[in-house]
Amino acid sequence: MAPKKLGLKQRYAHMTRGLDWETTYQPMDAVFPYDTFEGIKIKDWSAWEDPFRLTMDSYWKFQAEKERKLYAVLDAFAQNNGQTGVSDGRYINVVKLFLTGVSPLEYQAHRGFAFTGRHLRGAGPRIACQMQSLDELRHLQTQIHTISHYNKFFDGIGEFPHMHDRVWYLSVPKSFFDDARAAGPFEFMIAIGFAFEYLLTNLLFVPFMSGAAYNGDMSTVTFGFSAQSDESRHMTLGIEVIKFLLEQHPDNLPIVQKWVDKWFWRGFRVLGLVAMMMDYMLPKKVMSWKEAWEIYFTEAGGSLFQDLERYGLKVPKYADVATEAAEHISHQNWAVFYQYSHAAAFHTWMPDKEHLDWLSEKYPNTFDKYYRPRWEMWAEMEKEGKRFYNPSLPQLCQVCQIPMAYTEPGDPTKIAFRCTEVAGETYHFCSDGCKDIFDAEPEKYIQSWLPVHQIFQGNCGGATVPDVLNWYRMNVGADNMDYVGSPDDRLWSEWHAAKTREAV
Amino acid sequence: MAQIASITLLHNDDARPIIEAILADNPGVRVLNMPGAVKLDCDDELVVNRASVEARLGRPWEPQEIQLVLISMAGNLDEDDDWFKLSWKH
Repeated sequence: MAPKKLGLKQRYAHMTRGLDWETTYQPMDAVFPYDTFEGIKIKDWSAWEDPFRLTMDSYWKFQAEKERKLYAVLDAFAQNNGQTGVSDGRYINVVKLFLTGVSPLEYQAHRGFAFTGRHLRGAGPRIACQMQSLDELRHLQTQIHTISHYNKFFDGIGEFPHMHDRVWYLSVPKSFFDDARAAGPFEFMIAIGFAFEYLLTNLLFVPFMSGAAYNGDMSTVTFGFSAQSDESRHMTLGIEVIKFLLEQHPDNLPIVQKWVDKWFWRGFRVLGLVAMMMDYMLPKKVMSWKEAWEIYFTEAGGSLFQDLERYGLKVPKYADVATEAAEHISHQNWAVFYQYSHAAAFHTWMPDKEHLDWLSEKYPNTFDKYYRPRWEMWAEMEKEGKRFYNPSLPQLCQVCQIPMAYTEPGDPTKIAFRCTEVAGETYHFCSDGCKDIFDAEPEKYIQSWLPVHQIFQGNCGGATVPDVLNWYRMNVGADNMDYVGSPDDRLWSEWHAAKTREAV
Repeated sequence: MAQIASITLLHNDDARPIIEAILADNPGVRVLNMPGAVKLDCDDELVVNRASVEARLGRPWEPQEIQLVLISMAGNLDEDDDWFKLSWKH
């Protein structure tokens, strides 16, 4: 009789358990020095469950298949000059912001999960972290590969790693990950595995990548959804880690709650960039940021926190503030980038009438009252040859590093300011959420590398804006300023004029 | 408030038998079509059955193959040889 094939659960148990051992040459605490100082108590590492039950052999098989599918699309896109078929030349600015702002985070996640996988002493989570670390490296590679094709034609792409480490708005996503990677392994798991991957990554990859599809960018949607198929596994790791920590010891609850509060707020602030991409930068729109927030935070997050209630975990602090801000955040961010587009490596524009009407329809409570009149005034000023650029450097929040342009909860006409004094120095914040994070760990955040402070201290190439842009390696007149009149705009118009001529 | 179990799949030929199996096996499932993707929501629990997918696909199919067309999901996952289940029930 042929031996019976093992079931999935048995196979997983055989391939993931009993692979590690109690060390004898060195004490276990010396081999795993970082998994106790955060105060998390683990009684039984073997209680860890990976519901995907993915073993390394299946992992390679599925990942190889995903890569084959992705690279077939990338080749076809390049061979068929797919770049000429996107909805509008403006669309490419989304890809620029993605590569400069998000792709380097994939690398940070790769490093972070490699470190965390090394330093947790349970074999189950180590295997899951190892797979995630490899996934994240794959995401970075496929994103660079995909977007390198656009770099042959469009500006603002080629210097993305240099820019990510220096440019003012890119310090927002960079410092988010620096903060997570400078934390202990359990906080990293809650920060990236739970808060970012589980709660917030859907907002980045699902409606936004669907937007790429809708705008004819076959290559970006393919890497986006290929990455997202890994994210489903990462989300599962995120929810497992939180359940595991809460089940292991009641003392873990207040620590985990504090991290959930912190990383929800940090993630919400970073995703403001995505809000702006969805509402302003996609020429053909899939859904508004507010609608995406309702589906992916209010509805999906609601179900999740209802489930976690049984452990005593509460909805993150300031979730209500974030939900109210979903009516404002994309508009307030676009206003910042419009005013500072001379210092940004992508183009901005004022929405046309059709786009304004769409925003009015999607944001009936706020857009006509607070934002549309400002956009119409700025468009009028452009027509009169007085395009508004803000010549000052903005004050930045010490924690999220975003210019202090957000408004008070409940009063969108008043800018929110908070501050704290530490050792005779005053530190400034955009919100109660960011101030709470600072106050809990001031010794960490007083060290933040704030781009505007660094410019004033003379660390960014010189004292003038052109000096700083040069230090950013920004190709002035091509990478920055308005879309209209840019080399990208001229190239796009030429392609379309040629298409029309050839069609006749 | 009902908790929503949810799965988002690529909207392509590989995923179609899985989407059809979900529609057949989960009464009350709600469908949100997006460009390139489809989100399927169900109160409390949503299941993908191996047998239902195989009946539509005409070949053996392992639930782990869903990873090739999976975009996102919500709910606690239980995966075994015969199903891929997302649930908020305990």
